[in-house]
Amino acid sequence: MSLDKETARKVARLSHLEMSEEELERRVPQLNTIMNWIEQLSEVDTDNVEPLANVANIELQLRKDEITDGGDAQKVLANAPEETQGFFVVPKIVEQEG
Amino acid sequence: MTNLTNLTITEALKGLESKDFSAVELTQAHIDAMGKAKGLNAFITETPEAALEQAATSDKRRANGTAGALEGIPIAMKDLFCTEGVQTTAGSHILEGFVPPYESTVSQKLKDAGTISLGKTNLDEFAMGSSNTTSHFGNVINPWKRQNDDADLVPGGSSGGSSAAVAARMAMGATGTDTGGSIRQPAAFTGIVGMKPTYGRCSRWGVVAFASSLDHPGPFARTVKDCALMLEAMSGHDPKDATSANIAVPNFAAALTGDIKGMKIGIPKEFRMDGMPTEIEKLWEQGISWLKDAGAEPVDISLPHTQYALPVYYVIAPAEASSNLARYDGVRYGLRVNGDGQTLEEMYFKTRSQGFGEEVKRRIMIGTYVLSAGYYDAYYRKAQRVRRLILEDFEKAFEVCDTILTPTAPSAAFAIGENEDDPIKMYLNDIFTVTANLAGLPAISVPGGLDSQGLPLGLQIIGKAWDEETVLRVGGVIENAVDFKAVPKGI
Repeated sequence: MSLDKETARKVARLSHLEMSEEELERRVPQLNTIMNWIEQLSEVDTDNVEPLANVANIELQLRKDEITDGGDAQKVLANAPEETQGFFVVPKIVEQEG
Repeated sequence: MTNLTNLTITEALKGLESKDFSAVELTQAHIDAMGKAKGLNAFITETPEAALEQAATSDKRRANGTAGALEGIPIAMKDLFCTEGVQTTAGSHILEGFVPPYESTVSQKLKDAGTISLGKTNLDEFAMGSSNTTSHFGNVINPWKRQNDDADLVPGGSSGGSSAAVAARMAMGATGTDTGGSIRQPAAFTGIVGMKPTYGRCSRWGVVAFASSLDHPGPFARTVKDCALMLEAMSGHDPKDATSANIAVPNFAAALTGDIKGMKIGIPKEFRMDGMPTEIEKLWEQGISWLKDAGAEPVDISLPHTQYALPVYYVIAPAEASSNLARYDGVRYGLRVNGDGQTLEEMYFKTRSQGFGEEVKRRIMIGTYVLSAGYYDAYYRKAQRVRRLILEDFEKAFEVCDTILTPTAPSAAFAIGENEDDPIKMYLNDIFTVTANLAGLPAISVPGGLDSQGLPLGLQIIGKAWDEETVLRVGGVIENAVDFKAVPKGI
């Protein structure tokens, strides 16, 4: 299966990565080389094989539903590129109707 | 006074206990070594003042009888472990300037054991690489050189700063993380010992995530025993990591009895690959005969799905990475790049495009692709199914053997710039190590000797889940047999 430039553009968008036409053109053959190499997995017979998501053979424990942490707003905000009055600041996302 | 930076952790602990030197003196000696070896670029952030303060406190603890297991030992911390109040970058521009308000569990445990942190070591960006050439903070240079050749070699990756720091005697031990071989391959490339424990042995809490089901924190040191001491301090159940196992931590150093009589050592035939360099093959043969001499019995085993391990890895690791790295959006920490139009969406795109490097973007795109509608079953589910077959290969093999012996990497350290043209060539570095990540098994790399160009080569021992002790014991036998005394030039 071959990954074309349109697919690469879509994948870049889904990844929230900005890419120029030149960059997309450069990346398509690279991505195809890797995907073609990955393609060899199709040789393996995996009928009736359950997917393995994680090897940790651990029974998940329930803990008491109680507050164990928090109240650290200042610490949480300390690394924010922009913050004000206890909030993260982002560019405007709600447009006013004109 | 003896050269303090050449001591092993075990020797240094004895010297501290018998007051031959103080933790402050030991730490200062390592800070001096860091100054001399700055050209290797092993550290992103050095913390000498804090280290000396910690050392003074450590000397007090030892004096009043409250010394920890690694009291006064100066170590280096891979810059993937969050450290309270000390910049943590993951080798990426996107996290430059990030100062965590909390401490990772593993680094906290090492602090509690009395270690002194000298600083944060360089690494491939988000631990994605096998050469430490993808860091935003520059390449790390291997302290080893080929004979009669001044070319700068890679220290391995992704934990290349840690391996270089320990090999160049800047630190007595270091932390690393191993997702496909990122502790063991750098250990092999720099002539030191590196170990990845069983998945769930060391908490991942506070470790910047790359591929959560494959990431394993682990130690570097210059001897197997030192590695055992580090690992014991780093291990243990952590309720903050849901995949951390509630299993008692053994006294790992006590496992180094040297007795492997009658032990069955699996030799996987699929690891004998076409085009394997003869020196690597010779090293492996040598390893087998050392273990035989010690009374172990080599057994031929088969791990039939070995050739699919790397393709499985390059579906699963990027898939998990694309999801884990979605958090870097310029809102809560790290880099923010505002677009001209100042929309939120534009800010996301600009921040991520300028914050992530080439290899990271490549893996995010592969991960996004294999998880996208229409391809999820064909790639991601398929890879997870083959991953189970790889685990089952090991389970079958361990019915007839106790541990498995292989080379650590298919070559010695290569020059900076080599293997860069072709990502797959670079990915093949992890061909012998990656199966243990997919199966979550403990594995160690121990120096096995030097190649004809005078570069170190490593042997790998893989064990059953939760049986780090046998892995360490076999590693100790190889260490004794090799009697590896070589050091990088100028050390």
